[in-house]
Amino acid sequence: MAFGQDNPSGSRESTCGTKTRQSVEDAFQEKKRQGKPAFIPFITGGYPTYADSIDIALALQDAGASILEVGFPYSDPLADGPVIQASSQAALANGMTFSKGLELVRSMRQAGLTIPLIIFCYYNPIFQFGLDLFAKKAREVGANGVLIPDLPHEEADHVRRACRQNDLVYISLVAPTSKERIRRIVSQAEGFIYCISSLGVTGVRENLSAQLDDFLKRIRRHTDKPLAVGFGVSKREHVEQLSSMADGIIIGSALINLITERRALFGDGKTKQQALLEIKTFVQGLFSNANS
Amino acid sequence: MLNSDRKVYVYPDDNGRFGEFGGSFVPETLMNAIEELKEAYARIAEDESFQREYLRLLREYAGRPTSLYCAERLSEAWGNKAVIYLKREDLNHTGAHKINNALGQALLAKKMGKQNIIAETGAGQHGVASATVAARFGLSCKVFMGEEDVRRQSLNVFRMKLLGAEVIPVRSGSQTLKDATNEAIRYWVSHVDDCHYIIGSVVGPHPYPQMVRDFQRIIGDETKRQIMEKENRLPDTIIACVGGGSNAMGMFYPFLADDQVRLVGVEAAGKGLDTSEHAATITKGKKGVLHGMMTYVLQDEQGQIQEAHSISAGLDYPGVGPEHAYLAAANRVEYASATDAAALNALQDLCQTEGILPAIESAHALAEAKKRAHIAEAGELIVVCLSGRGDKDVQTIEQTLSHPHA
Repeated sequence: MAFGQDNPSGSRESTCGTKTRQSVEDAFQEKKRQGKPAFIPFITGGYPTYADSIDIALALQDAGASILEVGFPYSDPLADGPVIQASSQAALANGMTFSKGLELVRSMRQAGLTIPLIIFCYYNPIFQFGLDLFAKKAREVGANGVLIPDLPHEEADHVRRACRQNDLVYISLVAPTSKERIRRIVSQAEGFIYCISSLGVTGVRENLSAQLDDFLKRIRRHTDKPLAVGFGVSKREHVEQLSSMADGIIIGSALINLITERRALFGDGKTKQQALLEIKTFVQGLFSNANS
Repeated sequence: MLNSDRKVYVYPDDNGRFGEFGGSFVPETLMNAIEELKEAYARIAEDESFQREYLRLLREYAGRPTSLYCAERLSEAWGNKAVIYLKREDLNHTGAHKINNALGQALLAKKMGKQNIIAETGAGQHGVASATVAARFGLSCKVFMGEEDVRRQSLNVFRMKLLGAEVIPVRSGSQTLKDATNEAIRYWVSHVDDCHYIIGSVVGPHPYPQMVRDFQRIIGDETKRQIMEKENRLPDTIIACVGGGSNAMGMFYPFLADDQVRLVGVEAAGKGLDTSEHAATITKGKKGVLHGMMTYVLQDEQGQIQEAHSISAGLDYPGVGPEHAYLAAANRVEYASATDAAALNALQDLCQTEGILPAIESAHALAEAKKRAHIAEAGELIVVCLSGRGDKDVQTIEQTLSHPHA
């Protein structure tokens, strides 16, 4: 059965016909009950345009996404490979800004996005905005959590505190090179743990690391939080391989690649529907055999 | 604040902070490598055999000590009051102070068992220094260079290749030094197991700012000894140019506790501080994070990094070493700026009075010295760090002087 077609009501309660928003924790619980990994797509906010990224977010929700990561475009995305770099540059050239990113989250909520939303943003724009003000605004516009790819554990105390005060989860990253750092990092983790599949920046990879299973087991020794794997996941075989090991699977560059390939279609209302349908078909295809 | 603690200046602290600046803001994948580097560096900093080997290479391979030269005709031309000394880093092997750091880090890479080194470069000076030491130590070397700079500096690109390095053109972002640095960091994230990244300035995540400063402090240490021999007193003013700030940091560091010595860093004002085309990070930037460090950064209202502009590729950087940020905030070092035009003007003065062609970077320090020399008291001692020679810049100088309004 296709990934998105078996979406039981689960913990997503209905009130007066409108779905209430789900928490990150509930999203993982729900998938756990179904025996499937949570699908966590990453999209670049404002790419190809502000309005398009709202439609893409809703299409991904329809396709069965459990959680959505929205990247705020940044001029110097140190942890990203060429695909996401290019999408960020295009979004910035289109007039996307940090404040518009916050506005975009609000627009996505107003348009009917109910799954948990994580803001993925480099540290400098958040630092300029003000850490406490950012956490407050992020919550206000409807985000559930924050992930900062260039802020290591040691420098994150203030942001973590600001997030906690505003009921946001601060997502921690663990890398294959984290070694003794794993215990320290996961001891403060909230929501889920973002496990970086292999060395390198974001981007499509041919094969996933053979040591991935050991890596995840090592992390599990220190935490019972859900583990989501990202960086390089791009094929159905990757998803199948990960389904038995991970609680969540993050797809970024592969999705942005597809959006970039279909970019011309977004210019016109009719062809845009076709592009959105292709995006849905793509992710449902990736996850069609994802049973743990 | 610095006045009370300067005698026991111990920055960076254990977290790699210089006051509120510095730190390590890098992806988690790199944190382990940075910890390893920190430990390895702490070991070699104490290791006498390493230090002996390093000093021997500086002497026999790089040609140190460089001279401290009294520029009599220049002093005369600039008001005949101040006595101007030039610390001749331009006489080093490969033509600039960059070799001091590259030698130290290559030796460290070797000790850490890393066979591959990578480096970023703007104009190519640090790339050439890295390619040089890689050849000397039998290491493989990749140099990341913005495509725009590859085009502008084709001779240096060839020179690096001649030395056996691979030059990787960077097409992301603005295709200049900032993006070459991003790309080098990205490559390092992917090859962290067998690769050492030789950062070329006192920038980047801890321990780089400290390590590069320590490898460059030979400039200040020699200057102190030499000026005592020649004048039997410390200089009144020391001036150095600041892009990332490694020659300035190396020159200033041994003098930080000498309150009577005025220290002046000179940033590139490009076409003017009132235009958007400058690289005056401390003067015009805001506190923020770039390339793994908290420092002053040229950025827009919403925290996007802005491009810097300077006639000198070596100063064309939108960040600055965190220790400079700290020393500016603590008022220990003054930071001034010089425009492209002022730098070129001072450069010509030096050429014509002393027969020395400085790098355009170093000419920024000369421009500030010229200003101060004219209002100096008789006998005032000014030391200028002449960080590099200008052979690499001849084409740029020729183009600018023959088309001044282009």
